[in-house]
Amino acid sequence: MELTATTTIRKPAPEVYAFWRDLENLPTFMAHLEEVRTTGDRTSHWVANAPFGKDVQWDAEILDEAPGEKIRWRSTGDADVPNAGTVRFMPAPDGVSTEVHVVLLYDIPGGPVGKAVAKYFGEEPHQQLDDDLRRLKQVLETGEVVRSDGAPWGKRARKEFPQRPAQPLSDAEFAKGAEA
Amino acid sequence: MRANTWAGRNKVEVRDVPDPRILNRRDAIVRITSTAICGSDLHLVDGYVPTMQDGDVMGHEFMGEVVEVGPGVDPDRLRVGDRVVVPFPIACGACGACAAELYSCCENTNPNAGIAEKMFGHPVAGIFGYSHLTGGFAGGQAQYARVPFADVGPLKIESDLADEQVLFLSDILPTGYMGAEMCDIQPSDVVAVWGAGPVGQFAMDSARILGAAKVIAIDKEPYRLQMAERAGHIPVNFEEVDVRSRLLELTGGRGPDKCIDAVGLEATHGSAHIATYDRVKQAVRAESDRPHVLRQAIMSCRSGGVVSVIGVYGGLVDKFPAGAWMNRSLTLRTGQCHVQRYMKPLLGRIERGEIDPTRIITHRLPLDEAERGFELFKNKQDHCEKVVLKP
Repeated sequence: MELTATTTIRKPAPEVYAFWRDLENLPTFMAHLEEVRTTGDRTSHWVANAPFGKDVQWDAEILDEAPGEKIRWRSTGDADVPNAGTVRFMPAPDGVSTEVHVVLLYDIPGGPVGKAVAKYFGEEPHQQLDDDLRRLKQVLETGEVVRSDGAPWGKRARKEFPQRPAQPLSDAEFAKGAEA
Repeated sequence: MRANTWAGRNKVEVRDVPDPRILNRRDAIVRITSTAICGSDLHLVDGYVPTMQDGDVMGHEFMGEVVEVGPGVDPDRLRVGDRVVVPFPIACGACGACAAELYSCCENTNPNAGIAEKMFGHPVAGIFGYSHLTGGFAGGQAQYARVPFADVGPLKIESDLADEQVLFLSDILPTGYMGAEMCDIQPSDVVAVWGAGPVGQFAMDSARILGAAKVIAIDKEPYRLQMAERAGHIPVNFEEVDVRSRLLELTGGRGPDKCIDAVGLEATHGSAHIATYDRVKQAVRAESDRPHVLRQAIMSCRSGGVVSVIGVYGGLVDKFPAGAWMNRSLTLRTGQCHVQRYMKPLLGRIERGEIDPTRIITHRLPLDEAERGFELFKNKQDHCEKVVLKP
């Protein structure tokens, strides 16, 4: 499965590139990622969270990078869901902003893991990556993922409608968090 | 706290709900001292705006006192104890749209941007108390509200102006003003405004402030037309006269130079068969909006004129007079108001006495009587023009 998405962020390309290149930042805006740990100059360990299929982890390496312009990576070893990605950073015509172009490739296996992945992406797999990039834009332009009463859990908010009512959270709901 | 909530089509209910809390670093909590019912709240209650849910706190026109600020709020911009008017569109101040002062199209404040994008092609900003399509933010017909990006939007009121003089800076005064501003008014212009509700009245006042030679008010409620007439505008009752003929008469056959639609998607019509046509199409979901005013404004406007739309549209319309629009060189301008752009200059006009926003207030009710306020406003009972609620 190939997913592509793009957004424009009102920050210079070196800054957007640097944020992405620090792969440990990816889980702040990519919904399915629990954690990315840098293990070497070009290598890292990725952990996807529960809805993606329990305990899905893999190692990845950066194949190619050009500071301020491009990062290309792929999973290594026998990942449950072999995957690869490319992100390009291009100056936008306004002279201020950066266009971010992402391509993700997933080699979806059969069996329960494949089913979990398919279920996770649902009928509109592109939506997920679009939303990831919207959150990237929010984080870089405003400092964090924007929350509302209807969608109070940041990147864990999956469903846009129906959702919880646009009404403040009770203490109990707040304590339970996104899993409630 | 107490809050007025959406309780299904044609039903609002004041309920006990939890107090709001800080969810983002740049949030503030505002203790609301005055709030109002807007004509666009009626679109929500009447069921024309999709993605409302039972329990949604309504209201997007409010002001009050800051009682808590998040750790990310710049203290030079906002502190606990400040008295603020809160603009209805939530804007981040940092994206491309905000940089272009298109605050109601902010690219970052709608967590439900995905649905908005499907409906509108591109997402729109978050709005308080205005469906999940615009973010699912609890509104301000309540005792307290959480205000995101509190260091961007809210306008501090540092003078001793009463709540009622500044409350409408949250929406309807800037909305009416933007309607007139989009007309690029010249000293010789005749400006016709469809709808003598609160936004229409402020569009009329703004057109005059911006130098229009003559301002015409079109409505069917005699009390609303009288209110416009008392403010110096020329009333036209569409139930008593043919609007087009009357407009031609008032403009020497040219038609109004500038036309403002301050009605939007729930227009009623003097001509029964066209009204029924739209109403039936809307009922069977073949058309989401009744664009009668938009059609009439386009057909009435003089060639080369401007049609400025501030009445709310939500979806698709039928029988759009594209031929008149194109062949007669009309300019169509519109937008949800970019309130943040207008708050300070309009506060200045209020302070200088150039505009009196209180002239439209007809009802003051406690928040607990919000339901009655909606009834009065919706059914135009008791000469209701604008309801202010006191939490």
